[in-house]
Parts: sequence; structure tokens; C-alpha cells
Amino acid sequence: MKISHDWLRGFVPHACSPVELGDLLSRHVVTLEAAVPLRSDLDAVVVARVVESERIPETKLSFNKVDDGTGLLLEVVCGAPNVAVGTLYPFARSGTTLPGGLKIEKRKIRGFTSNGMLCSARELGLGSEHDGILALDVDVATGTPLLRAMPIGDTQLDLDVLPNRPDLLSHLGVAREVGALTRLPLVMPAELRGLARTPDAIVDHARASAGGVSVSVEDAAGCPRYVAVVLRGVKVAPSPEWLVQRLASVGARSVNNVVDATNYLLHGLGQPVHAFDLARLSGQAIVVRKARAGEKLTTLDGVERSLEPWMTIIADGARATALAGVMGGRDSEVTATTVDVLLEVAAFSPRDVRKVRRALMLSTDASYRFERGVDAGSTEWIAGLAAGLVASVAGGTIEALLDVGSAPAPAPPVLLRLPRVTRLLGASVPSADVERLLTAIGFRVEGVGDEELSVTAPSWRHDVARDVDLIEEIARLRGYDLLPDTLQPYRIGTVPDHPLHRASRRVRDVLVAAGLAEARPMPFGRDTGAPQARVANPLAEDEPFLRSSLLETLSRRAEYNLNQHQGNVRLFEIGHAFTPAGTRGDLPLEELRAAAVVMGERRPPHFTEPRPPAYDAWDAKWLAFLIGGAAFPGAPLTVEDVPASEPHAAATALLWRIVSDGRQVGEVRVLTLDAPVWASPAFGVEVALGHLSSAPVSAPGMHAYGRRDGAGLSSVTAGHRRYTAIPSTPASTIDVALLVPNALPAAEVERVIRRTAGDTLEQLSLFDEFRGAGVPDGHRSLAWRLTFRHPERTLRDKEIEGRRSQLLKTLENELGVTPRAS
Amino acid sequence: MPLDHSEFFQSVEQFCVEAAAAFHDAASLDGLEAARARYLGKNQGFLKSLSAQLGQLPKEHRAAGGAKFNEARLQLESLYAERTQALQPARDTTPDLDPSMPARPSWRGSVHPVSLVIDEICEIFRELGFSVALGPEAESEWYNFTALNFPPEHPAMELHDTLYLDGGGLLRTHTSPVQMRTLQAWPPPIRVLVPGNVYRRDFFDSTHSPMFAQIEGLAVDEGISFADLKATLGHFARRFFGGSRRTRFGPSFFPFTEPSAQMDVETDLGDGKGLRWVEIMGCGLVHPAVLESAGVDSERYSGWAFGMGPARIAQSRHGISDCRVLFDSDMRVLEQFAR
Repeated sequence: MKISHDWLRGFVPHACSPVELGDLLSRHVVTLEAAVPLRSDLDAVVVARVVESERIPETKLSFNKVDDGTGLLLEVVCGAPNVAVGTLYPFARSGTTLPGGLKIEKRKIRGFTSNGMLCSARELGLGSEHDGILALDVDVATGTPLLRAMPIGDTQLDLDVLPNRPDLLSHLGVAREVGALTRLPLVMPAELRGLARTPDAIVDHARASAGGVSVSVEDAAGCPRYVAVVLRGVKVAPSPEWLVQRLASVGARSVNNVVDATNYLLHGLGQPVHAFDLARLSGQAIVVRKARAGEKLTTLDGVERSLEPWMTIIADGARATALAGVMGGRDSEVTATTVDVLLEVAAFSPRDVRKVRRALMLSTDASYRFERGVDAGSTEWIAGLAAGLVASVAGGTIEALLDVGSAPAPAPPVLLRLPRVTRLLGASVPSADVERLLTAIGFRVEGVGDEELSVTAPSWRHDVARDVDLIEEIARLRGYDLLPDTLQPYRIGTVPDHPLHRASRRVRDVLVAAGLAEARPMPFGRDTGAPQARVANPLAEDEPFLRSSLLETLSRRAEYNLNQHQGNVRLFEIGHAFTPAGTRGDLPLEELRAAAVVMGERRPPHFTEPRPPAYDAWDAKWLAFLIGGAAFPGAPLTVEDVPASEPHAAATALLWRIVSDGRQVGEVRVLTLDAPVWASPAFGVEVALGHLSSAPVSAPGMHAYGRRDGAGLSSVTAGHRRYTAIPSTPASTIDVALLVPNALPAAEVERVIRRTAGDTLEQLSLFDEFRGAGVPDGHRSLAWRLTFRHPERTLRDKEIEGRRSQLLKTLENELGVTPRAS
Repeated sequence: MPLDHSEFFQSVEQFCVEAAAAFHDAASLDGLEAARARYLGKNQGFLKSLSAQLGQLPKEHRAAGGAKFNEARLQLESLYAERTQALQPARDTTPDLDPSMPARPSWRGSVHPVSLVIDEICEIFRELGFSVALGPEAESEWYNFTALNFPPEHPAMELHDTLYLDGGGLLRTHTSPVQMRTLQAWPPPIRVLVPGNVYRRDFFDSTHSPMFAQIEGLAVDEGISFADLKATLGHFARRFFGGSRRTRFGPSFFPFTEPSAQMDVETDLGDGKGLRWVEIMGCGLVHPAVLESAGVDSERYSGWAFGMGPARIAQSRHGISDCRVLFDSDMRVLEQFAR
């Protein structure tokens, strides 16, 4: 909402500077977004006096000496006929740029040097006067900035008016608050004083007519009140300068005197007013009704619109002529030839206006105010002002006022208990203060008992229904900053940390420690072919789907990095994944998941290792253990092979399944990326940390992750490990290298080794894989190191040797695996 | 015949003394090697013969003898290693290690700048007894709007341009549905923080994104007042922004709080415009209608809530003018926040 500082002063004669006013409003009423000096383009223009002037022969030019306050007399050539010695003029020194974009430069004219320009009103954007330079009738020193010498430096205040306060969408509304805060009375601005009197209104609940003009309201729900003003004999012409300036100060364009007067009322008083050319209303009639099926209307913007039968419209005797509360029709607009005018001052149903505005995607200053609610209590008063203002700027006689409908029912009073005010604000506010604060902004306050007040809201406030609404008024008018801030002793809350929050922190910690970078990407994506939840009204039509897998998102992010020539990608994300619900109407199933993508160099290059190896599947498999271990501490975790025979595995490049406590929680995959040839293979790991239910919370006091008595919370901290004492006996190690057929999984061999090696096998590690010389085709040599230790004594070499031969025999018998000849 | 155990112990002692002397006396690596072979050599060293004697000890002394033997061996092995070090030829005058060369690095992981802000906020409120609650991002109309006192068809909805889901439901426009879920699930006193992603139907450009992070806080108990809200958030602002920054409270509007307010902090956004008031959070007392939706007695209990956008803080803190940078997941950006 744009408010002119000067215009505001017309309603309340406050003495605040724009900055002070902005601060006052921000602290008590509405946030000031910006204060824009309206004529900052004139910042560089100063007041200067012509000291000497002589005509340049055979030209219309004069050669002048100008005192611009710098102490030097500047030589200036001027083409205006009215240069007078001793007079003050606006002066632009060379180097200044004028509002029209004209840059003033030092230049030679007819052999005379000119060091600047004496300006006309038009050159300064101060009007159309161009007959000569602008003589200033001011008493200031030369060199004074023009903006300070003349009252042309208005400031536009941009206020962030929120939907609960439509009463602030006008200068009057803001002035009311400023008056209350500065304890100044509201006044009628000069331009609204002494206006022509209006005849008494002809009032009826549904239909009224006078002098051949009739108004009837058939749709009382869509239009509770319709006041029409009839003016005859107006002269449509350009607006007077003050009106043009007023509208310009809030960024509105001047059209003509009649239309400008209606816009003055919109910005000044918050009431949208529409002017019809009476001669173009068939039968000089206004009918407020619902549109008819198939009815069409060309609005002021020249667009032909198809009307729906639920839309409230203004029709004349024959057809639709305006969209109620949104926009007028082109056929009945006021033009240069208009003589008789009908002004509409109405209250339309906010809900209906909003519906029409949304359906037609047509938002206007009028619809904006009607949607939020205008002051239905001042319709008649504003209609009188509208009549008077139009007559004052465009002439004509006010013939009639037709007032159809009913005044709104007054708001029911709200009971305000003073102890509750004290309790909620943490400070007691004396009854007299409450009364003073609320009365100042138009509330009616009556004492009921010692500690209770009955408060009635004014007709322009639609946001006051309960006592807390009044408490907000009291708090803000006093000033939130003046309320006490005392930290109360607090009790321990009943809610424990959400276990998924804990899990995600643990996972994040291990992944950061592993050298990965956290990403928080957008979760939207394209159709992947898999079932995906879909946004019904996306703005970006190419990505309307909600991801069903985090790896989907991270793959796109990896590709983004590749496009930036970044081949080393180590990203992870902890975020939500969505699976469409089986039944229509149900929300998608939602899981919190962690996912990681690695590709490119496994370590940063160093002079000892200029080309570090790239990440491979084994790194990804380890990430699966890291994530799974952090997500489910204490639970048995396995990363299981996927038989190559599974068709699904091949299609999705699935490498392993991650299984925690017997339940599949995630997977490791090779990622198929749109990647340049130089890119290394990319691997992805994704683990579901748990469900986030979107079902309604059922029994208060119970929750999925714990009970109110604290039982069930222990699972959150499960997984404490038992300590193992460091053994004091020496270990013995042996290495075995085995020829293992390619088709035989190493895990199979390990199972046999573990079973056969006995209790003293402490550790088993596969430390080498070799193919080539000495290894038969279809085989590989795998080497394991076995570490044996007895908890109480030193193992004898013989024992170890015995184990080895036993082991080799069993491996050969059960798996056909033989040692590799050394 | 079994060996006398005290004799064995003496032999071990003797062996130790002799070997130690030999290691000490060796003046070169060659000499030391000869001594090692003589005493510790696997094939004919003294150690070997002692190990043979160990087997002849009476059973009851064998464990003690073994321990003594092991101890001696470990002692001598470490002495040998020590002497080997000492006898190494002195370093060349031209060093083979140029200490000015770079260290061998490993990849450094990083936490996203928005998460860093969320963490910091959580830490400050944790000191004040707050825990973390979570909720789904796909929500019902009831949790997102109705229960939070949004009147149907009200212009307040204009501030929440909503992404709806095919087949029903919507993407939450704020984290406040979790207020309702928490109030329904747990009895007061409640002190929770809710970090999470929220959605608005906005174009993705340098200042808007259809998804962004939000964090909110909720405190509900008997006797919670606006004074308490101001004190808590003031404490937070001093901890988070530093004690010297000025803050102010002004009116605002949220359907689910009444009175509603916003807290502004005097901030230099680094855009050359200097210090100015920047809205840092919306807040207010929980609207009684919200408490009533959750079945909480609004006469007995009151509460306050706040909500803020960590992304905006991260942008201002790190000088990120285009919000899309936060979503791109460019490694070169994320690595700048490495720990």
C-alpha cells in the first residue's frame, strides 16, 4: 500500500518526518517496507540568482552570470525570454542529469561558454509550463537544494498491509492510527472541505429511482449496499494540478477529472468508486444481479469476458455493464463526451469478489479492497463526498442519491476481562488506559463490572471477534517494545526429541566425517515411470512430480556438477521421499531418508599421488554400513548381494540391499547419469530412516514414538555396546591363498573358514584378489589372513598348523577350493 | 629330567644382562646385527635355546617361566629397535623432506549453510529446554489451515499460495501443522522446535523458491505471556546476532497467533545500504482457537510461537544474493562450508 506523506498530513497534521513516521507505524501499526523520496531526480538541482544578463546579438539567447552559492559567478547561456536580473531560478550545474534524462554539459554556444542550465517547470517535471524558466518566489540562500526550498519533496511510504487490516488501505485509515499515536485529531483535507451539498438520499432496501434513473439490487447477498449518485452536466477535462499530483504520489496515472476524482476516493478513503456514463446505460437503469448463462462483457481493459451465472454483475436495462467490485465495462466508461454521470459507491461481498477475481485472474485496486472488506458503515458519507468532489473538479449538478440495500448490522460487543489482559501480556494495563487506547481508534468501550469492559469494534474493523483481538490492539498501541520482557521460570516439556531427528543427526555426522557435502535440493522432478505423487497445480510444468527416491534428486544434482565440469561429486541429503497412496484421497506415504552419491577421485590429489583412484562400488558398500550403522545403532546390519539373475537388479543397476534387523531399509546402486565421457562411474546409497505419518493424531497423550509416562523412550537410546578387554596373550597369524571359482562367492568361502577355524579365530580378512599367471581360467586367487588368539595362553605352532590343514581339507571337500601353489 | 625352575630364571636374567650389554656396546649397525643374531636369532640364538629349556620345566612352573621368557624377549626386542634407530647414519645435509611442501589432504565434508543456521538456532533453544519435533511435508487441509484458524476463503490464504496434490492434500505451506500434531499428541508443558521444509506456489528465481526451510518454536503451559515471549526471543537474538544488535517488536498478522508480532533486527545485509531493520521472525501468542482445535483448555493454558526462515539468514550471513545457490548443490559452493 502506497501512502503519500503529504497527502497523509492533509488528514492528520502531524509533524513527523517520513523516517519518524515509518518507525512509528512499524512499531505500532504496519511495517514500513520502504520510504521513497518522490523527487530524488531533482536532488542535484539548486536555487541560483541571475546577477548579470545581456542579450546575445541576432539570437533569442542571453548570456548571464549566475550565483549558485559556490562563491564563483558561473557563465550561463539561456534561451528563455524571461531572464530577470536579481531573480532566483532552479539551476542545474553541468554534470547534472534532469528528470527527462537530459544531461547538462559544459559547452560553447555562439562563442559563449555555458556552465549549466536555468530550468523551466517542464524540464524539472513540475508541470507543463515551458514559456520560460521557473522564477522562484522563495526566500533562501543561493545554492540551497531546490527540494528543500520548495514543497515538492513528497515521500512515498510503502506499507506492508496484511489481510487482517483492510482499513489501512487508505490515507484516512493510516491517518486514524497516526492520530491515535500522536494524539492529534483527524481533520478533513482541504480538497474535501466546502464541497457542494447533496440532496437527501432516496432510500429503499431493493429498488429506488429518481429523475428517470433507477437502481435495483436483485442480488442482495452479493451486494448488500448500493448507493448511486447522479450528476448531470459535468465537463470531462484534464484534472487540476493538485489532483494529478495526489495520484502521482501513490503511483496512479491521471485519466480525466471524473475518473481521477473516483481514484482520489479509493486511495484517500479506501472506498472504490466507479463512474458510469449515464447516457450509455440502457434505460438509465442499474440492476445488480447474477450474470446470465452465456452473457459476455468487455471490460475496461478491452478484454471480452465470458460470465458465469454465479458472478455478481452490474447491468443496465439491457445487459451486463460492469463486474461487481472488480472492473467496469468499456461500453459505459466515462469519456471526453460524457455529460451525465452515475457514481457507484457500494459494498460487495468479499467472498464473491474474490471468486470472480480468481476465476478471471483480474486483480484491481477495487477488487483488492472489496475482497478484504471496505467500511460498510461509511458508504453513504463517502457517496456524498464523491458527489461533491466530482462536482468540484468537473462541474455539473448533483441530481440525486439513490441508496439501495441495508446498512450493516453493528458488530456484537466483545467482553474484555482485565485480569486476562494482565495474564496474557504479563503486565497490567489500567482500565483507563485500555479505554483511551481503544477509543482513540474508534472502538466503543463501556464498563461492565470492576474488571470487565464491553467493547464494540468500529464498522471499518472486521478483524475483532474475541478478547485476544482486543488484547492485540492494546499491546500494539502501547507498543510491544514497552511491554515487559521477563523470562518466566519454565517447566520441563513433555515432548522428547523426535527419534528421526536424532537418527538424521547421527547419519549426517558420519557422512560429513566421510568427506561428503550436505545438499538441500528441490524435491521436484520429472516423470520417472515409477509411481510418483504429483502436484496438481505446479508452476514449473516440466517438474510436477514429488520424488519417490532421494537418489533421483541427487542424480540430477550430480549431473549439474558434471555440467560445471566438476567430476568429483560427494553429495548427501537427508530428506523426505513420497510414495503415492494406494487409495484416492489419502496423502502420500512419506519417509525420511538419507542418500549419498559418490563419483570421481576418492582423495584429493597430492604430489605423492597425482591421480588418486576413483570411487568404486566397494566405497559405496562401505557407505551403506556407515549410514545403516548410524541410522540403526545396535541393530544387526547386513549388506546383501543381489543375485544377478534378478531382472529388477539389472535394470536398476542394483548392487546390494541394506538389511537392518531382517528388514530391507535401503540399497546401493550404480547411477545412470547423463554424463560426459570423462566422468567416472557414480554410485548411490539410499537408506530409509523411518516413516513420518500424515495420519491424524488420534488419542491425545499417545504418540508413535513414545508414551507420556516415558516408557518406550528407551528404544531411542538402545545399542550400548559391551566393552571387550584387550587380550594379554599373543596372536598368531596365517595367510591362506585359495583358488576360488568365479561363480563361488567369497562369502561362501568365508562361512566355511569361520566354521572350521574354531573359537580361537579372532579375525578373518580378505586381503588380496589376483587373476592371471598361475591362476587357472574361470578362477581367481583370493587370500585371507586369519588371526588366532587364545584368551589364556600362547597358541602353539603345531595347533595353528593343525587348524590350517583341517581348514584346507574342509574347503576342498565342501567347496572344491584348493590352495594356490606358491 | 626336569629343569630346576630357579636355574631357568637365572639363565633368563643372565641372558638379559648379556644381551643388553652387547646391544649397547655395538658401535655400528653391522655389530648390532651380529649381536641380534647371537641373542635373538631364530635359528641358533640364545633365545632359541631358552625356549627349548622352557619345555623342560616342571608343569607347575611352566606358566611363570613362559611369562618371564616373554617379558625378557619383548624387552630385548624393543632395546634392539631403539639401538637400530640410534645407529642410523646422520641425516644427509640436503634434506630428503622439503617441509614447505603441502600436507596430504583428505576430503572434508560439509554441512549445508541452511542446516548450520538451523543447528545454531536449535542449540540456543535447547539450552532453554526445547526439543525437536518433526512432521510430514504432505499435509491435509485441516492440519495446514483449518486447525490453525485460517477462515475459509479468507484473504489470509493469499499469503499462502499453496501447492495441492493430485488426489487430495497439499504440501504444507509452513511448519505450523506440527504445532497442532504436537498439541494433540502431548500434554502441556510443551517446548518444541520444528525445523523442516515448506512449500509455496512460487516461481524459482533469485529471490523465490517453491520450497524453502523454516523453523518454528512453540511453548505452551500455564501462565505463558507475551512478556515471556519477548524475553525468550530477545535472549535468542542476543545469543544469535550478538549482544550489541538492536531489536524491535512490531505488529503483524498470522491467523494462528493473537496478538501477532514480528521481531526486527538491525542488520547490515552487505548491499551497501548500511544498517537497517530487517524482519527476522514472526511470532505471537498462540491463538485460543488453535489450542481449542487441539483440545487444550484455552482458559487454563496459553502459549507462544515463532517462525523464521533460516535460508534468509544464511544468505545474509554468507553474502549469497541468489537463493538458487542454496539448491544447486554445486560442490564448489558446498566445499566452502567444510568444517
